[in-house]
Amino acid sequence: MSENSLRRRSRANAEPGAFRSLDWFTIGLYLLLVTAGVVSIYAASYDFDHASIWSFSEFSGKQICWIGLSLLIGAAIMLTDYRMYETYAYPFYAFMLIVLVVTIFVAPDIKGSHSWLRFGPVSVQPAEFAKCAAALALAKLFNTYNFKLNSPSNYLKAIAIFLVPSFIIICQNETGSALTFFALFFVLYREGMSGIVLLAAVIAVAIFVVIMKYAENSVLAMAQGEFIVYMLIMLVMVFMAGLFAKSVKLMRLLFLGFGGLVAVAFILGAFEIVLPWKWIFMAAIIIAALYLVILSFRDHIRKLMVCGIFALGSLIFAFSVNTLFPLLQPHQQNRILVSLGITADPRGQGYNVNQSLIAIGSGGVTGKGFLNGTQTKLKYVPEQHTDFIFCTIGEEHGYVGTSAVLLLFLLLILRIISIAERQPTAFSRVYGYSVASIFIFHLCINVGMVIGLCPVIGIPLPFFSYGGSSLWGFTILLFILLRLDAARKLIRR
Amino acid sequence: MRKDYNLEKRRYVIAGFILVIVVIYLVRLFSLQVVDDKYKYFADNNAFLRKTQYPGRGLMYDRNGELVVYNQPAYDVMMIPRDVKGLDTLDFCRTLGIDVEEFNRRMSEMKSSPNYSSYAPQRFMTHLTAQDYGRLQEKLYRYPGFYTQKRILRQYNYLAAANVLGNIREVNRRDIENDAEGYYASGDYTGDLGVERSYERYLRGEKGEEILMRDAYGRVQGRYENGAFDRAPVAGRDLKLSLDIRLQQYAESLMVNKIGAVVAIEPKTGEILCMVSSPTYDPTLLVGRERGKNYLALQDRKKNPYLPLFDRALNGAYPPGSTFKPTQGLIFLEEGVITPSTAYPCYAGYPYGGRKLKCHAHSSPREVKGALQTSCNAFFCYGFRNMIDSRSRYASAAEAFEVWKNYIVQLGYGYPLGVDLPHEGRGFIPNAKYYDKYYGQGRWSANTVISVSIGQGEVLATPLQIANFCATVANRGYFITPHVVKEIQDTVMPAGLLDVRKPDIDSRWFEAVAEGMRMAVTGGTCTKANIPDIEVAGKTGTAQNPHGKDHSAFIGFAPYDDPKIAVAVYVENGIWGATYGVPIGALVIEKYLTDSIRTERKYLEETMLNSSTLQNRVVGK
Repeated sequence: MSENSLRRRSRANAEPGAFRSLDWFTIGLYLLLVTAGVVSIYAASYDFDHASIWSFSEFSGKQICWIGLSLLIGAAIMLTDYRMYETYAYPFYAFMLIVLVVTIFVAPDIKGSHSWLRFGPVSVQPAEFAKCAAALALAKLFNTYNFKLNSPSNYLKAIAIFLVPSFIIICQNETGSALTFFALFFVLYREGMSGIVLLAAVIAVAIFVVIMKYAENSVLAMAQGEFIVYMLIMLVMVFMAGLFAKSVKLMRLLFLGFGGLVAVAFILGAFEIVLPWKWIFMAAIIIAALYLVILSFRDHIRKLMVCGIFALGSLIFAFSVNTLFPLLQPHQQNRILVSLGITADPRGQGYNVNQSLIAIGSGGVTGKGFLNGTQTKLKYVPEQHTDFIFCTIGEEHGYVGTSAVLLLFLLLILRIISIAERQPTAFSRVYGYSVASIFIFHLCINVGMVIGLCPVIGIPLPFFSYGGSSLWGFTILLFILLRLDAARKLIRR
Repeated sequence: MRKDYNLEKRRYVIAGFILVIVVIYLVRLFSLQVVDDKYKYFADNNAFLRKTQYPGRGLMYDRNGELVVYNQPAYDVMMIPRDVKGLDTLDFCRTLGIDVEEFNRRMSEMKSSPNYSSYAPQRFMTHLTAQDYGRLQEKLYRYPGFYTQKRILRQYNYLAAANVLGNIREVNRRDIENDAEGYYASGDYTGDLGVERSYERYLRGEKGEEILMRDAYGRVQGRYENGAFDRAPVAGRDLKLSLDIRLQQYAESLMVNKIGAVVAIEPKTGEILCMVSSPTYDPTLLVGRERGKNYLALQDRKKNPYLPLFDRALNGAYPPGSTFKPTQGLIFLEEGVITPSTAYPCYAGYPYGGRKLKCHAHSSPREVKGALQTSCNAFFCYGFRNMIDSRSRYASAAEAFEVWKNYIVQLGYGYPLGVDLPHEGRGFIPNAKYYDKYYGQGRWSANTVISVSIGQGEVLATPLQIANFCATVANRGYFITPHVVKEIQDTVMPAGLLDVRKPDIDSRWFEAVAEGMRMAVTGGTCTKANIPDIEVAGKTGTAQNPHGKDHSAFIGFAPYDDPKIAVAVYVENGIWGATYGVPIGALVIEKYLTDSIRTERKYLEETMLNSSTLQNRVVGK
């Protein structure tokens, strides 16, 4: 059978079923979110002497156009051959990389970032489409025969697929969009990467937060945060070692050793004798960790090794945080510090978050009503129709509105995960998880930033934030998945 | 491709992760939106520009309906510091007519104020004149962050009665802290001194509020809910003063270049017709931007050695001198120490303890009316001694003195009368304990303290108290608390102000004393007050004092049978009661009753207008 006739036949088989086996539930969620989004944009940019929601001169009017276009794109995707996504994944990916690079040099300077391509009246941000390209490329990689995450070279290939565009986007000075690609580590986890990697990431973030947040007061001649981290490492070591080696003796030894050291430190401190405890604690942890490693070799308890490595790794990370942090750009440092509540700067970075909290907080249970929000209307919240759109919902529709939107997103993400799991091919599954991961990342960071739990990272809330590129990007991402899903029954197991 | 069912379970980890995050966010949102109220407050502060609408302050009319105090608009320059952008300082200063130094000074002053906030409206400059305001208003669009606020300034139709009217000033931090009702906010005005202070509650009205919406750039976007929550200001209540402003003006002119006080009361009502403290000052000095500077100058002994802000009518504590004698007559008569026909001898004085309290030449002996007519010192000394040293009536001198003192207090001395003005003085009336402490218990008698019987020694009274006593005699035995406000618009007068207060002294004795005072005018010490067609009764007073020549005092009322006015005059260092006290008192009475001065008495007016007692004063003693 020639390739042409195969394709013809397949399409003939696919077409009638595709529409029927489309996941209408997801499409319903999509339409709901997009509609809520445009209404929010209208509210956010509503002025007191204001034109209608449809006016093209307003954000809401434009967004309605973008939505119309999105629906066309969605329909077009439905009409395409599902196999072409796999077929053209790499060329598309390569094309996007070139576009990203070109953008750096072609794009006009907008607040220091070079990420927008202008086509006449329309500006497009290629980074939004690069996510889709990276997801497809990653899916294709995993679909290669016998590809498994079992060798460093395979890890490297997988990670490179999404870190390369991320790096180019950093060069565009769009750190927020660049960070999105890190979400694809979730996919690697689903496909076999050790959970320890994710755990290590969580621990690293925790150590970082503690050290940054409690940098002020000092205990025993070191910063409070540092002290807390050392104490936590010691505590975790005591329990981990005891548990892994199933030895009360070992646990007691470590506990008495660490406890005695800390006690001595405090007693001497009471007499105002201060030794360089920072280094002594570090030395104690290193010695204990090495001891555990030796034990693991002697007694063949591999888990003790993990414990030792955890301790050493944590220590090295904690130590390097103070060295690494100053390497970030000042405004990024500031964003992180403000979000951790270390720097209270209501005029600078903190202003956005503060105003955003005020807008959301003033919404109450049921909100002030549609178009009645004073904070968003009066432009207290910057970027309110883009990155801070969630404020408008919070202010005008209160807790009812915000929780409804969060639950809708939760539903969408869970649905995407379940769609991904039901795919017959690694390609579709990996692609599905990529979509889910990207949505998770955007939701967590955007909402977290607006409610003051995350650093201010300028990434949009899918379907809500104003802007054609992001809307099209997410639409394409979602509809390709729906297209693949619609074709799943055609693929023989 | 085979499925790895082990890895498939990891979907629960990923789903669990997003589930946990969403739950954390829901909890956070719950605490932000439902639990915590502070954001609503912040939001209101953020978006609402609450513009205070200041009410017009109540006006003041005199008893004849003459407008005395009214309002004129003035404009404050306000700014919201964070909204000020790209200010052309030089241009701005030129518009306001100030120099850059002044600008910098005002800015730094503003910033050091305790309630400075760069978000909240700050008062940059107060009381722009109409011209400056016009100039600024035209160019205001060039100075983002600045706006003008309409305020009021007091204006006076008569440059008189500054001590009674008082003035207004901006509230200070203490005012705001002590304000239990929470009415005042920084930048508000409040009454200072006089009626402005004591009737502040009525005069100030109620502030209104206009709620405007503004955006993050401070630009006003319109009225909140079309003004549904705005409150219109309620103008303060107008006051009708009991003062006769023309009489006040006249009395002030008579007191020119003299230090002292004139108080005139309508006896039947207790209404104060005029209350002069001399020297006085121009009430407009304490209006507007120069207020602070002028206020300090008025308090500065170098620039104003006679301290015009000190209200002598209300706070001056003077020895009442012979104007005190009628009180003695009343007490002796009521206590039965004397009868109207009891006479005491006077051979140029009252001898006691080898000394003699001198008296001037007059016929002798005299009964009480004649003693008042001639102002005989000896008579009242004898009466006082016979009372205090009478062991048949009182167990001790102390007990007798307490009886004496209680009468004096009933007659309005020794304590503030309760006039409706702030900071009323109380004078001083000693009690037995005071002397016990000074001389030792039981170691003093009438002769030890004899000078109080002629209004000297320890006894001190305010001109208001002296005038009130005169009104009591005019009423033949009662008085109503003197007050300066006759009516409050749409309100009844404060309770207690109009109560009749009656000393325990028979009106017969008042009749006798009044007769003696009438005799003093017709043929005694104050014949200058004998105005044809007006039956005046009076009593002079000449009080020794440590500040130079004797003080000149006079009390008088008229007409004798139906008194319409009771007046007390006190001129520091005026030598004799008859020198200044009598002429001024008589002129005030005549002016009030007939609205003119008879031609044959014009010379008195001339003399008073052109005389000065300042040279009689010994400064620094």
